[in-house]
Amino acid sequence: MDGEALSLPKIRVRGRSLMALVLTPEPPFADWFAALDEQMASAPGFFAGRPVVADLAQVMDGVGKDGVPVALEGLSARGLRLIGAEGVRPTLLSGTRWEDLPTKLQARDKGRDTELEPWADEPPAPPAPTIAPSLLIDRPVRSGQSVIFDEGDVIVIGALASGAEVIAGGSIHVYGPLRGRAIAGLRFGENARIFCRKLEAEMVGVDQLYRTAEHWGPDLHGKAVQVRSDRGALRLSALV
Amino acid sequence: MSKVVVVTSGKGGVGKTTSSASLGAALAQAGNKVVVIDFDVGLRNLDLVMGAERRVVFDLVNVVQGDAKLAQALIRDKRLDTLSLLPASQTRDKDALTDEGVAKVIEELRESFDWIICDSPAGIEKGATLAMRYADLAVVVTNPEVSSVRDSDRIIGMLDSKTQRAESGERIEKHLLLTRYDAARAGRGEMMSVDDVLEILAIPLLGVVSESPDVLTASNMGCPVTLHNPASPASKAYSEAARRLMGESVAVSIPKEQRQGFMSRLFGRKAVVA
Repeated sequence: MDGEALSLPKIRVRGRSLMALVLTPEPPFADWFAALDEQMASAPGFFAGRPVVADLAQVMDGVGKDGVPVALEGLSARGLRLIGAEGVRPTLLSGTRWEDLPTKLQARDKGRDTELEPWADEPPAPPAPTIAPSLLIDRPVRSGQSVIFDEGDVIVIGALASGAEVIAGGSIHVYGPLRGRAIAGLRFGENARIFCRKLEAEMVGVDQLYRTAEHWGPDLHGKAVQVRSDRGALRLSALV
Repeated sequence: MSKVVVVTSGKGGVGKTTSSASLGAALAQAGNKVVVIDFDVGLRNLDLVMGAERRVVFDLVNVVQGDAKLAQALIRDKRLDTLSLLPASQTRDKDALTDEGVAKVIEELRESFDWIICDSPAGIEKGATLAMRYADLAVVVTNPEVSSVRDSDRIIGMLDSKTQRAESGERIEKHLLLTRYDAARAGRGEMMSVDDVLEILAIPLLGVVSESPDVLTASNMGCPVTLHNPASPASKAYSEAARRLMGESVAVSIPKEQRQGFMSRLFGRKAVVA
């Protein structure tokens, strides 16, 4: 009993994957950081609290090792939370204040090692999720409403009204009449498609190609239709 | 338990004010204590339609801004003592209303009335959003024409997002009141049918009021049609709608028509043009 009570607490170790953003500074730095500042100003929440990995391969190629601390300082000065660097040998960082920054993040196979290693050698950057998230809307999208979902597919159960729009990173599925605008493929490009039970749309678009209602004939009007991008052209076809 | 109803449409001229007055009067005739509030600050009409234009001293803006007490601004109808009117100001604009002020007025009215009918101005700006803000249920007034239907759809979207109920995660009840309906024209396919409108808006039907000279006559006489001419089909439609609001299950009587499918004709025409 005593021995049990005196023994050290058990350490629980669990795998944890989290999304890290990889930034690749490019020389000339002045231009690249100006562009970064602009992006951060236009989407202040985008980097907030997200771990960042610096990919320094281009810095090494373009400027050499002297550019490394400049790039890292520049990122750090913008309040980004650096958790690692890629494309650079650890010896290059030694002696700088970045010496503890992990540099072996690409070594994904390390994740399968059973023995405990210091945190710095674990792979904090997990493989990107293979299944894109989707957004389910189980009520009609009304006129004037705009749904923008960059991360994946949008599924609407109900009508998408005239004057409403849905913009999706992936595909758009409308289980009802599509009367407004549907723009798919903002992120996944030409692989995205639009499906609807009843085509009465004002505009459909996939991967920067779009068509307004007057471009398709009365044959498809009111039909169940899919819209896809086919070798640079938008193709509408009835679903059978 | 009092109920706050917003009568709204998005589009102007579809019959919000007429419907507010008629529904308010019909509810009062059924024995409820009713107040109708005109939210159309700057373009007040409800006082005319209810025949109280010569009795307005204080108005909604005075009450909201604390210059008058609610009791001073309320006008009791001379024909129906259970019906009251809170008029809008004609000399101010919608910016004179504040969210807190409106909340306070409605809270105070809840204490002494069963039904609080908010007659919304047209549009989707401040006046309309404040009129719907504290509503428990909405009556969406729509004409059987595409522009009105699309504007109503927009307003339904706002009801689902901008009202206090929606923001607190509750659903706001929405009912469709189809006005200026012409069964003969819908039958010939020249106008949208009841089914066409219901298919697009997808909310329950509260009533169908046919286009009728009785309604205009009553408005010009300053008397809600349900009081002025109870035998008119329009009065019957409003009275039935009021009973449905009160929770009675009354089948909606849809004026006779021979359905031909307005939408298919409309889009058929479009396709030919294209």
